[in-house]
Amino acid sequence: MPRPHPGTLIRATLRMAAGVFVAFIIFAPLSSLVIWSFTRKWFWPHPFPQELGLFYWRKVLEGDLFRALQSGFFIAVIVTVLTLLLTIPLAYLLARYPVPFKAAILLVFLLPHAFPQLPVFVNATTLLYRAHLAASVSGVVLIHMVGALVYAVWTMTAVFRSIPASLEEAAWNLGASRVKAFFTVAMPLATPGLIASTLLVFLYSFDEFTGTLLVGSPFVLTLPVYMYRTSVGYELQVASIAALILMVPGLLLLVVLERYLKSEYLSMFGRI
Amino acid sequence: MDVRVEGLVKRYGRVVALDGITIGFPSGGMTAILGPSGCGKTTLLRALAGFNPVDGGRIVFGAEDVTGLPPQARGTAMVFQQYALWPHMSVFDNVAYGLRLRKVPAAEVRARVEEVLHLVEIGQIAGVMQRRPGELSGGQQQRVALARALVVEPRVLLMDEPLSNLDAKVRQRLRAEVRRLQKRVGITTIYVTHDQEEALAIADTVILMNAGRVVQAGSPQDIYFRPENAFAAEFLGVSNQLAGTAEAGSLSVGAQRLPYTGPVRGSATLLFKATDATVIPDDLTTESGQALLRGTLEERLFLGSGYRHYVRIEGESVMVDGTEPVEAGPVTVRVPVEKLKIYAMASPEPVTDPARSTRTL
Repeated sequence: MPRPHPGTLIRATLRMAAGVFVAFIIFAPLSSLVIWSFTRKWFWPHPFPQELGLFYWRKVLEGDLFRALQSGFFIAVIVTVLTLLLTIPLAYLLARYPVPFKAAILLVFLLPHAFPQLPVFVNATTLLYRAHLAASVSGVVLIHMVGALVYAVWTMTAVFRSIPASLEEAAWNLGASRVKAFFTVAMPLATPGLIASTLLVFLYSFDEFTGTLLVGSPFVLTLPVYMYRTSVGYELQVASIAALILMVPGLLLLVVLERYLKSEYLSMFGRI
Repeated sequence: MDVRVEGLVKRYGRVVALDGITIGFPSGGMTAILGPSGCGKTTLLRALAGFNPVDGGRIVFGAEDVTGLPPQARGTAMVFQQYALWPHMSVFDNVAYGLRLRKVPAAEVRARVEEVLHLVEIGQIAGVMQRRPGELSGGQQQRVALARALVVEPRVLLMDEPLSNLDAKVRQRLRAEVRRLQKRVGITTIYVTHDQEEALAIADTVILMNAGRVVQAGSPQDIYFRPENAFAAEFLGVSNQLAGTAEAGSLSVGAQRLPYTGPVRGSATLLFKATDATVIPDDLTTESGQALLRGTLEERLFLGSGYRHYVRIEGESVMVDGTEPVEAGPVTVRVPVEKLKIYAMASPEPVTDPARSTRTL
């Protein structure tokens, strides 16, 4: 049997060491979350919990966390649907027609992200109070849409731009109305991009914290707000469980985005 | 269905893409619009399809003025340069699209799609129909695009450089097939290309365009053998250009004089094709019917089918093709008088150019 070349062996060892290092960087902070979520009792200076158990998982699943998860999910769905209904026609228009001040319009959607989040949302909150929309689901939906629109508008504009206009012209040419051509040609081709855009908006809303806390308090409870409240109360176990649950959609997003977000969309980002 | 445009004008901002074009496209014929890029040929085609509204003039199909009609109502079908096949539909769905819009019953759709795919000779129809366009070769994709346009029996078939994305061999073959197919279906066809060889090969009528205007229109033979101006002559073939001065009885090129009996006076452009001239070792004897120009052979390239010689005549380099190699050195370029085109120069040479003014006798 031929012996492996010493160089190969060294390289394999190095690669494995690098892998372990990367895994440690990524998973070490997460592992503490996992440990905390199963902890009953853990006092300093003990290196490991003194008592483990499912007590807090049971408590969380019976109690408020489930309510927060539900309302957060509900809000994210509404935000996603409304945002995309507004975005698709606008993005199509921006991608296909010589709209004046195109760059300025696209920049407007970025503005809420261009300044520190806190002052922006505090100002928005006072406005929403005047409109009697504060501490309500509609107020939270509005504030989420302000932040989410940029993701949807920018991605969808890039998606529509990546579809050659001649594909629709070919349909018009054969007698299809503009609406018919849009739904039989542009939309099916934009679907992968639409899925990616949907996920971005959904996750933005699902994970949004500052605006939700300021606008939604005290009645609207979403998962990030719930996590904040419990960790402020030093219930680290509950906060850890909430964090772990919050992570799930993010991981799902990574997997799905990898499938649907095509590189040509990204290459269109700067060229609008 | 004959097609006419009258005084067609199209501007993009301050750029005039179509500068008052009036031309007819004969019914049932194949007309090529030929010109360099940016000459307005694609703009004209897109105006005919109705994609770009025009700023002035009329477009008439038969007896119907279609200038204001949207593309859906024009009854044209276009074959695009990039094929523009829908990648998310099968070949069958691509071709059937126009028929389904016209509410043709499913059984008839199937029959007509198969018939037209047979017509464009795509081969293995049953297998190809279920595939996505992306799985086909460029040549096959173009056949599908042609089938998709033909299946709706358009009044006018528009083709926008349909073969320019194919490699040379496939292009040559499809060129012949497109022409045969057009003769068979007899649909008025307008074919845009920047390739002069393709235009001459494929069309019954060639319209040569430049800078938003029609330069010359006629049969391929007319355009090729009887170009009406320097642009037409230059564009149609590997041409050589020399500056000269014409007077009654003689034509001077630099220090050399040629007999001349034509009507041009003053600054003139002499044009001849590389294939019409021959290089002979320096020889001062005159021959009737031949224009002789002395020069220096500077370089020779082997092209496979023959040799291309680069000869410097009075400071300008010209190309002369021949089957036999000629050695570098002083030579004479012989051009049959009827193959030497002489045009009045559109704008006079600047007298401030010392290199040129010294050559003016």
